[in-house]
Order: sequence, then structure tokens, then C-alpha cells
Amino acid sequence: MSQFLWVVFPYICLTTFVVGHFWRYRYDKFGWTTRSSQLYEDRLLRIGSPLFHFGILAVFLGHVMGLGVPKSWTEAVGISEGLYHFMAVSIGAFAGFATLVGMAILIYRRRTNGPVFSATTKMDKAMYLVLATVIVLGLVNTVIANIIGHYDYREGVSVWFRGIFFFDLHPELMAEAPLGFQLHGLTAMFLFALWPFTRLVHVFSAPVGYLTRPYIVYRSRDYQELGSHRPRRGWERINR
Amino acid sequence: MRVMAQMAMVMNLDKCIGCHTCSVTCKQAWTNRSGTEYVWFNNVETRPGQGYPRTYEDQETWKGGWELNSRGRLKLKGGGRLKKLFTIFSNPIMPSIQDYYEPWTYDYSTLTDAPAQEHTPVAKPKSLLSGDDMKIEWSANWDDNLGGSAATEKHDPMLKKIADKVKFEFEQTFMFYLPRICEHCLNPSCAASCPSGAIYKRSEDGIVLVDQDRCRGWRMCVSGCPYKKVYFNHRTGKAEKCTFCFPRIEVGMPTVCSETCVGRLRYIGLMLYDADKVLEAASAPDDHDLYEAQRSVFLDPNDPEVVREAERAGIPHDWVQAAQRSPIHALINKYKVALPLHPEYRTMPMVWYIPPLSPVIDVVRDTGEDAEDTGNLFAAIDALRIPIEYLAELFTAGDVAPVDRVLKKMAAMRSYMRDINMGREPDASIPAAVGMGEEEMYDMYRLLAIAKYDERYVIPPAHSEQAHSLEELATECSLDYDGGPGMGGSGPFGEGSGALTPIAVENFQMLQNRQTADTMASPHDKGGRVNLLNWDGKGAPSGLFPPKSAGPEPVGQASTPDTSHDGATGPGGTGGLTGGADYK
Ligand code: SF4
Ligand code: SF4
Repeated sequence: MSQFLWVVFPYICLTTFVVGHFWRYRYDKFGWTTRSSQLYEDRLLRIGSPLFHFGILAVFLGHVMGLGVPKSWTEAVGISEGLYHFMAVSIGAFAGFATLVGMAILIYRRRTNGPVFSATTKMDKAMYLVLATVIVLGLVNTVIANIIGHYDYREGVSVWFRGIFFFDLHPELMAEAPLGFQLHGLTAMFLFALWPFTRLVHVFSAPVGYLTRPYIVYRSRDYQELGSHRPRRGWERINR
Repeated sequence: MRVMAQMAMVMNLDKCIGCHTCSVTCKQAWTNRSGTEYVWFNNVETRPGQGYPRTYEDQETWKGGWELNSRGRLKLKGGGRLKKLFTIFSNPIMPSIQDYYEPWTYDYSTLTDAPAQEHTPVAKPKSLLSGDDMKIEWSANWDDNLGGSAATEKHDPMLKKIADKVKFEFEQTFMFYLPRICEHCLNPSCAASCPSGAIYKRSEDGIVLVDQDRCRGWRMCVSGCPYKKVYFNHRTGKAEKCTFCFPRIEVGMPTVCSETCVGRLRYIGLMLYDADKVLEAASAPDDHDLYEAQRSVFLDPNDPEVVREAERAGIPHDWVQAAQRSPIHALINKYKVALPLHPEYRTMPMVWYIPPLSPVIDVVRDTGEDAEDTGNLFAAIDALRIPIEYLAELFTAGDVAPVDRVLKKMAAMRSYMRDINMGREPDASIPAAVGMGEEEMYDMYRLLAIAKYDERYVIPPAHSEQAHSLEELATECSLDYDGGPGMGGSGPFGEGSGALTPIAVENFQMLQNRQTADTMASPHDKGGRVNLLNWDGKGAPSGLFPPKSAGPEPVGQASTPDTSHDGATGPGGTGGLTGGADYK
């Protein structure tokens, strides 16, 4: 069982994540968008959306630190266990809370504003449900595991997670982790599997290139994509 | 010198009768789909008025276009790159649907389905956004013909600028129409605002387009364009804008709005310009200099040096010839009667206008004086400051001198030509008073009054070695691409998602959906449209009207291949697929 939950399932999800994005980009470049609903309503969006997005960016960086960087490294550069803990909990809780409040505003808005609600697809609803679960569980873990209990995820979850990418498998570490962490891990994996089929794909088009490209883009006429025919050759074959 | 060619338009406002034919045909051709209900690539505004979207010209609020920073360098008024990225999650200067209007339809089925009853049933308006009942309070032309202007006129941003002189009283009202499309600017701030780099200017003809596959829905172009001519398709989540009907232009046909213009007031042609000078011209320190600065960017296509440089830049010879015959060049740089719309936005717009003389003529006529007499007209132009200053706010950033000059030329042409038409001796002093020769004045009259189709539209087609794939749009129905027919409607990820659909197939599918659907306010079902894109203006475009008999009888000729794999062959005809390209 723990083999399935902590080895097979993550691999299935991550594979879906990668292959799914590839497929979606090939099949549905036109649908690759944020599907912004700002046009319909922007009083709630103006508060909720930045709160959520900046919050989740901070949460993401926190995960890179917590999951990606081994404990020995931070200790090597002299960050003590206590300091790390304090930073992780305070910044993490703050960012997580901002994300949660932002998300609550956005979901409330989506539900109560007629036009926004009718522009919500089934995929959106499923995605919101999973995303909200992941965020709530994450926040609960931060609070419970770090303030009330004391589970050091950097010696458990993190090692397991890094191991997935190096085929250095540690299902037993997850099997021992508290239930909150187990659920957070599983739902997050499920979210990754869902990712390429939702509007979350817009994360991968974060327009950082804008900072360096020239303001005005010139492009030549693109013949192939307009009609369904390739251009005719410009010469005639001679039959003799 | 870096020569580039730009497809441009001039509209002669005196002839616009405000019939909105251009808007309607444009909508049929391009934005007759769900998600674009409120989108008018072409709209006709009554001026004075608030415009569409409301008060879009008030750049202190909407922050479109460019401005000069303290060092005299050009910068986006809506904020630079970093600011754009930081406000990407919620664009603070984007108009909301209320600034346009909430699109609606009527619940028509209650009319036909109602049981026998004492009172006639009514069709209630239903919002196309939410499907709920709604109260109609505004639309794209609510203040048409100054309707309700007593209440709304004070919001006109241009009128506000000259407000100390104007008490808006009905007795002294003047009015004219302003048809607007995207300006296809030389220095487009929409493109500069797009974080994804999806908006581009075509290097061949300067048409500004949105690459639908690259647009990610960041909405920065909507606020970046000072003319508010990029619209957000709220169902596909992508930006859309006027395309200058590029599939038509490429085969040498004028845009749909021009083709169908009742007043025949639109001119299309090429302008050659020096791309190296654009930035400098757009940065002219004084707003009043911008009109002349932009004119100085244009090159004289008859200058042998320019011709040589153009050919070196890869502009085909027939394009250079077209630029020489271009009515746009004549109106902007030879007769100098066309003016840019809001040059102070510094985007270097390329749809120019001949300001209307009619507000002046109306006043003179109302006094009982001769409204075709140069003396009277000149005196009136000098006396009627309010309409003239208003025009100057629109076309020359508030500088009345160029507007004065143009109006006097138009007035002079009017009186000079009257003498000729009445069989009297033409008076050479009239053209001389506005610095023109008699022959020049006559030529200008010809171009403005009686120019034929091929003089109004001088459009060199794209080159034939590549043209077939474009022609296909107009002449063939080809479903032989991978994936086959049957696209359109909603994909799994929302409106329009899924693999690329060639324009022709999309039309067919959407047309059929529309004509066979009988649901009402559910936006999910509103996919269809009639294609006017390749209609030549003669007869009725196929598919515009529902088939007379209910039987499955194709409207066009039977060139439609079998599309039966999804059962898609049915009534509704072949849309525009069979429209010929014969447009001469
Ligand atoms: S008018 Fe057209 S080209 Fe100019 S900024 Fe607006 S959308 Fe862009
Ligand atoms: S079709 Fe021509 S005359 Fe009619 S509103 Fe449009 S521009 Fe004016």
C-alpha cells in the first residue's frame, strides 16, 4: 500500500503533469490562457487576486526552500534549526494566510457574481476544490506541526520528495509522517495530475521575457497557418 | 532610411451619415460570436459624445498610449514593464464591462411558446453574460444623434477641455459622426504593453494583429491602447482587435467597413514611411508639433531615392507603384486635408480624418446667408470657435491652425466647384486664397467627390507565389487538413479551445450552429456567425438569411465536401465559403 501511495501514485501524477502539458500545448495552444474574468467584475478581484497570487508565489518559494534544499545545506551555511524554523513558520503562515484569504475572496466572487459564475467550467470547479484542499491542508500542517506538535518535515517529507526525482525511493518516510502531511502530499500530487487540463497552465506562461524584449514586435506574414493549404510552388512543372 | 509600407485609411467625415452600416457589417464578418457581443472593431460615435467605451479619451483616467517622461523620452502612460508585471493579477486601469455595456438578447421563445392568453406576451431582455433578466441601461450607441446628451454630454472628455467657453445649450449644438476602427499605429502602445509579445505589427503592410496562439489573456493591451480598440473576448480569454480585414487586403479587396460604407467616404492605400524616424517623431516635445512630426515620417513615393531605398528594403515594385497612386498619400501629404485622430497619444495613428465642414455650413445656412460663398464660409470658420476648437481637440491636440486651414480648403473647394457646376466662369482667386492652384483644387474635388472604386481603394495584393493559401479563404472550401472538419463551439477547456481551425471551416461550422440553434440566453450555445468577410457587396451573402424551405438545401453551390463524420451536413448552407473573389 505504501508503495502504491508514495511511489506509484506520485510517478503517475508527475508523468501526467509533464506529458499532459506537452499534449495540451500541442493540441490546444489557443486555449492556453488565464481566462481572466476581470472584465466582468473588478472590485473584489482587485483585492483577492493580488493577495492570492503574491501569496502563492511566496508559498511556492517556501516550498522550494523546504523541499528542495537539504537540511545539511542550510546548516552548512550557518542557519540554525531554530532560526530556520522561526522563519519558515512565520513567513509560511503569513503567506499561506494571504493565499487563503485571497482564495476565499475569489471563490466567493466566482460563486456570487452571475457573469463570473456562468463563465466557470467544470474543470475550474474541480480545480478550485483540489487547490483549496491543498492550501488548507498545507496551512494546517504549518500551524499544527510546527507550533503545536513537532514533526521535522525536512527529515521526512522533503527527503521523500527529493528522492522521487533521483529514483532514491523512501516510501517509509511518508508512511511515518503525520496524517496532515500525508494528505497534503497526496492532494498536491493529484493537483499536479490535474494541472495541465486546467487554466493553471497559465503559470508556465509567466511573461518574464517582457522585461527584455523590444517594445514593438514586428513579424512577417505567416502564410502557412492562415489557410489550410500550403503555398503553391512558384514554378510550373514541365512535362516533357 | 529604413523604408516600410503601411496600409492606411482616410475617412471624409463630411460624408458620414451615421448609418452604422460599417459597424454592422464588420460585426457580421468578425465579432458575431459569443464572447465578442460587446466588441465593435468598427464603431460610429456621435460627437460631441462620450464615445465607446464611455469616456475612453480621458487618458488621465485610463492611461492609454505614451507620454514623455521628465527627460523627454517616450514611456507608456500606463506604466513601464515592471509595473505591468506587478499589476498583472489585477489590471487597475482596465475598463470593466459596465464601461462598455452588458450585452443582452431577448427571451424570444416566450413569444412563440406562450399559451393563448389575454395579454400579449413580452420578450424580456436577458443578459448574455449571466443569462439572468436585466435592465438595459446603456449600449454601444446610447447617445447616438445626441440622444440624452443633455444629461450625458458633460462627460465628453474633449468638451471638458474647452469647457470654460461652452455652455452646452441645445440652440448652439453642432454634431457630426466619427467612425472609428483600430488605428494600426506606427508606434502601437497595445503591442508595447503586451507581456507575451503576442501583438505584432506585420512588417509587410503594418497591420497590427494579435496572435491568438500566443495571447495569454494578461489584458494589458486593453488598457495600453488609448483608443480602446483592443477588446477582451470574455469567453476565450484572449484579446481581439480590428484586423484591417487582412484576408481581404491580401487579395486586393478593401476592408468590409469600406466596401459597405454607404457614404463612400473611406479611402485605403499605402503610405511609405521611414521606420527610423518614428520614435523621434513620436517624442516631439510639444503636443502641437505631433501632426507635423508624423507627416515628416512619411516618404514621398515619387522621389527616386525613396523608390531605390524601398526596393532595397524588399518592397515589391508594384507596391511602390501603389504607394504612388495612393489616395492616402494625396490626402495627407499632397492636399494636406487629412488629420490624425488624437496625435497627442503619440502612437502615430494611421487612420486619418478629413474634419467635417458641416457644423460651419449648418450655421451659415441657418442665418439665411449663402452657405456656398467663400467669404461667408471663411468668416464663419473664423467666428465659430467652439466647433473648431472641438475638432482641434480631436485631430491636432488642440491646435486650431491646421483645422482652420483644412476647413478653409474644403470651403474653397465648395464655392469654386459651385461656379463650375453652375456653368459660371471659375474664380482662380478662390483656390489661391488657400494656397492651391486651380487644377490641384479640381483634382482634390475629383478625389473627394467622384473618385471611383479603384481610385478610393488602391490595394496591391500580396504576392501570388504565396497567395494561394490566402485565396483559399475566399474561393475554395477545403476541409483536407489534419483533424478534419467539425471544430467550433466549446472545447473541453472552455470556448474555442482545441486544435487550430482554418478560418473557412470555422465559419461553416459556426454558421450551421447558429442557424440550427434555438436556445436563448445561454452563451454556451451561441457559437454561430455569418461570414461577410468574402462577400463582394453584390447580392445577399449566403447564409445571412435562413433558408426559405426547411429542407436540407444548400444555399451556395455544392462545393462542400462530405462532412458526415459528425453528422454536420444540414441546412444552413455553406456560409461564405463559396463567395467568389471576383470583386472588380
Ligand atoms: S489603435 Fe490599434 S494599433 Fe493603435 S494602440 Fe490601439 S489597438 Fe494598437
Ligand atoms: S457606413 Fe459609412 S456613412 Fe454609414 S456610418 Fe459607417 S462610415 Fe458613416
